[in-house]
Amino acid sequence: MRKSAASLAFDTLNVVLMLVMVVVTLYPFVYVLMSSLSNSMLLLSHTGLLLKPLEFTTEAYALVFRNPNIATGFRNTLFLTTVGTIVNLTLTSLGAYVLSRRGVPWTRPVMLMIVFTMFFSGGLIPSYLLVYNWLHLGNTLAALIIPGAISTWNLIILRTSFASIPDSLIESARIDGAQDFTILFRIVIPLSMPVIAVMILFYSVGHWNAWFQAMIYLRDRELFPVQLILREILIQNSTQFMSSDAAAGDAQAVGESIKYATIVVATLPILVVYPFLQKYFVKGVMIGSIKG
Amino acid sequence: MMKVWSSAIRKDFRLHKYLYIMIFPVALHYLLFQYVPMYGAIIAFKDYQVAKGLFDSPWVGWKHFVDFFDSYYFWRLLTNTFMLNLYQLLFVFPAPILFALLLNELVGKRFKRVVQTVTYLPHFISLIVICGMITQFVSRDGVVTDLLVWLGMERTALLGHPENFRTIYIVSDIWQTIGWSSIIYLAAISGVNPELYEAARMDGAGRAKQMFHVTLPGIAPIIVILLILKIGSMLDIGFEKIILLYNPNTYATADVINTFVYRRGLTSTLEFSYATAVGLFQATVNFLMLVFANWFSRKVSETSLW
Repeated sequence: MRKSAASLAFDTLNVVLMLVMVVVTLYPFVYVLMSSLSNSMLLLSHTGLLLKPLEFTTEAYALVFRNPNIATGFRNTLFLTTVGTIVNLTLTSLGAYVLSRRGVPWTRPVMLMIVFTMFFSGGLIPSYLLVYNWLHLGNTLAALIIPGAISTWNLIILRTSFASIPDSLIESARIDGAQDFTILFRIVIPLSMPVIAVMILFYSVGHWNAWFQAMIYLRDRELFPVQLILREILIQNSTQFMSSDAAAGDAQAVGESIKYATIVVATLPILVVYPFLQKYFVKGVMIGSIKG
Repeated sequence: MMKVWSSAIRKDFRLHKYLYIMIFPVALHYLLFQYVPMYGAIIAFKDYQVAKGLFDSPWVGWKHFVDFFDSYYFWRLLTNTFMLNLYQLLFVFPAPILFALLLNELVGKRFKRVVQTVTYLPHFISLIVICGMITQFVSRDGVVTDLLVWLGMERTALLGHPENFRTIYIVSDIWQTIGWSSIIYLAAISGVNPELYEAARMDGAGRAKQMFHVTLPGIAPIIVILLILKIGSMLDIGFEKIILLYNPNTYATADVINTFVYRRGLTSTLEFSYATAVGLFQATVNFLMLVFANWFSRKVSETSLW
């Protein structure tokens, strides 16, 4: 069909609008990258947009990597992300499997009890007291893994996906003598890999980016995840401890580019895995959203 | 009666032994980390002292609630929470719908993918980094401030003034969420019956008309569902972001119920009972609003959560 002038105008306007969206979303990251590679003195006196580094230098990165807090932070975050995600996946799969079985009389009330927690909760303080005073998990990394072991939203998505596996497949496995654990790990999970991949992405990004629980439960700096260290640098403005070996007058200037360099360092791991997982998560979110 | 029950349970247990074993850690998790805190919220009616514990701390009835309602903070917190939510409802909520509609009209498949990939990205960046970027950009010599100065504004640190807080919060919220939130609407759009477009074209509807008269009504149910959920959390707001962005200078517009609970309960003063009462007030109002929104929607649009 031949396009009318109105239709053509619509398309052009739309493309322009979308290009603006892309630039507006990406430019802040470009700005951060360019700033992190700039001479900090020049950066301090620069105003307006930035399209290339001002006197290319990697001095800020050297300072970031020399900082011992960043190193232990990354170690803790890596631990939390791996162990936390494994715990998340195990519990969420178990729950999703049981709740997706048909013909079990009690799954409906259990499901209702679980969904209710999405709409009502005891609140921040009782949860804190439970973890800190009653379970004595304060100042442990377990406090950042165990209380959040299941996300109800993810549980519902996974349950929907598990429920779409044909009953006949599960029944024939049962006739061959397989019991539920075998069915879950040998049949249901392998058949749900796209959604499981999405769960891995959601949970691990969650752990990687988490900071609030760490802030309220942890006291020892040796346990701090990298986001908490970033908070000190980016939000509370304490870059002194990183730039102490620079000349006193330059400390503030160096602080500026250190901030941008830490943003890059903390964001890079996600940017690296992101393109590989993208094809999975769109699909996964849709499975969850249409039927969920 | 009891006997009938216990024998039925025993029979069911034999039949589904492994399912019971599998659900045990899950059920334990929900009981311990969701239902125990709900019970623990009774400290809102007590003067909780750590040394005395949950059971032996003295009852005080509605004292903490009354204190909160009478305090100077009550209206300020309620207004701030409500205003941020209202702005979210007016600007952040419709943005991804409009975005999804326009994205759906894009002709080039590849370009569409590029736009999607780019706009999803902020969703995966940590809040600390996002807020770090915001504070940098709107600081006295930040890049956003530079642009606004170029447009004629006087140079100042934008986050230092209470009148700017809501705008900064909402604009950055749109930037962060527009792409990711649009996924759900795109999914719904792909489910709209193509014959409807054919019929609309026959009737002479142009592209924009098709968008507003076919696509939009087609995704109305999912919009209503998300709207109900949004209204059901009207006293909730992304408070982690506020904690990272606000400071005593901007409390006048930035302090919300959640941040107040956090400050009163977990920093310096440790007023556990008072903070719990404030939190419980919020949770209850939210829940009632959700129930009301759901009831109302079922009445007028036959779409509802339950």
